[in-house]
Amino acid sequence: MRTTTVVIGAGHAGLAMSRCLAERSIDHVVLERGEVANSWKTERWDSLRLLTPNWMSRLPGYGYEGDDPDGYRTMPQTIAFIERYAERIAAPVRTHTTVISVRCCDGGYEVATDQGVWQCRTVVLATGACNLSSVPACAEAVPPTVSTLTSMQYRHPSKLREGGVLVVGASATGIQIADEIQRSGRPVTLAVGEHVRAPRVYRGRDIQWWMDAAGIFDERYDEIENIARARSLPSIQLVGSDERRTLDLNALTCLGVTLVGRLAGMRDGKTQFSGSLLNMCTLADLKMNRLLDTIDAWATDNGLDGAVDPPHRFDPTRVDASPLLGLDLQSGEIRTLIWATGYRPDYAWLDVPVFDLRGRVRHDGGVVDSPGMYVIGMPVLRCRRSTFIDGAGNDARDLSAHLASCLDNPNALR
Amino acid sequence: MTTNKSVENGVNTQALLDAREALSQQPAGAQFKWRATCKWINGTHSRSSIEGFHGLGAEQKHKTEFTFDADHPEVFASEDHGATPVELVLSGLGSCLMAGVASVAQLRGIQLRSVTAKLEGDMDILAILGADTDARNGFNNIKVTFDIDADAKPDDIKALVAQSQKRSAVYDIIANPTNITVAVA
Repeated sequence: MRTTTVVIGAGHAGLAMSRCLAERSIDHVVLERGEVANSWKTERWDSLRLLTPNWMSRLPGYGYEGDDPDGYRTMPQTIAFIERYAERIAAPVRTHTTVISVRCCDGGYEVATDQGVWQCRTVVLATGACNLSSVPACAEAVPPTVSTLTSMQYRHPSKLREGGVLVVGASATGIQIADEIQRSGRPVTLAVGEHVRAPRVYRGRDIQWWMDAAGIFDERYDEIENIARARSLPSIQLVGSDERRTLDLNALTCLGVTLVGRLAGMRDGKTQFSGSLLNMCTLADLKMNRLLDTIDAWATDNGLDGAVDPPHRFDPTRVDASPLLGLDLQSGEIRTLIWATGYRPDYAWLDVPVFDLRGRVRHDGGVVDSPGMYVIGMPVLRCRRSTFIDGAGNDARDLSAHLASCLDNPNALR
Repeated sequence: MTTNKSVENGVNTQALLDAREALSQQPAGAQFKWRATCKWINGTHSRSSIEGFHGLGAEQKHKTEFTFDADHPEVFASEDHGATPVELVLSGLGSCLMAGVASVAQLRGIQLRSVTAKLEGDMDILAILGADTDARNGFNNIKVTFDIDADAKPDDIKALVAQSQKRSAVYDIIANPTNITVAVA
């Protein structure tokens, strides 16, 4: 089979790219291992809601059409939103088509799938940033008496054994899981490393509204001081809820969650927690206050001070004077350990030498270091907004323009 | 990265940034080995000498050999020829954080006028005396207090100290577990 462009992955990013390719009349297919919005259907916990408000989902030719722009989508709503987009743009999606390999061939790429082989001139990797759970090496040393699962496998507190739960990681994922498990009556210990703290609502507006309005999301990848760091930052500690509540470490402490330092090691069935908890919290508090300073300055410069609540600051994160440095996992106190230690993409099928020393795809704002290859739907790909559904549109417009110009110039392709 | 030229803390940030860039491309050169040799003198008195180390793919040498005496004070029935080893650990932590504060300040365009760090480690010595097997040999707690006079807002100074902890080798060595192999040659 032959086409001009193969897009791999039918999530919001692959679909946005499909729409932009269609606008340019570029012949393409979108290959999807499962169904449209597959990861949202199969790899998320039950209660998860998007961290961005409904209005923040502007895609080429599509957007929020309901009457609750400030609400946060549930998973079924998110899936329906993406499915409707695929229908609306009549994307040429081939579902249940798993890519086995992508390799270079004369004039472009050969994409082998379990449903046949595609030849194409250009290829777009839209498989996302969260295919695999990143779990530290010490996971192997967890005693077998403790049930372990990743945040990708976790669904609901009722599926866990009674008893204590150690949640490792305090990004948006870790704090949300810790919150609902603690509320289910299972005492939670939360291992906290580097994290990003922010209030859900500041001066009466959603924090994402502020960052959108103040142009923070528009900061370009090639203007960010340390782009590798920006791309690997943990997600902001946020939760989507009807009451727009702030879920930070202080809120978890109030619920009775025990905070400990980053999980630094495992020895003789005992966990070793870093003594760095206080500094991790101090760093996050200071960083949050710098963000709020930026927002306040922007509000003043733009004459908003009268229209929104006055500036204020939040309590510093409360940390015990001597947080726990270890836990005996064999004592029976902890029955379940959940790795909320992040995700990484899975490119096991990508047989093209485009990887850096750390296994990341080398690319310049989504233009991969192999002619005619692109990546989309990754954190801070072309700007900070790229991290969100809302960022896929601009990225797809830019990258499809680049792709089209390469098609017009055979020397730019393989 | 912008470095404020009017700020002078004696740190060559450009060289450090260049090294970060170069070593990211050549990670083998970033693999260092630090060394010290410690010789027993008498009683609890010992002398460590430090000269060579390995890094950037080759053997390296300090400009001169440095020596450090360690001993225990008279209240330990020792002769007090030098600081105790645990005090040297505090000294190492202080110096490491201090180097970080100066470097980060230079990078962020903050002129330092004076910086003092006071370090305190709490210890229950019943453990090292073998009288309490439940107590820990090492510090139960370490407290570092920075007193900084600089051209910066209080929160920027706090951020300087926080960032210096985040990038400190000795802070990491103390805060996190490390495998140690002690062999007899």
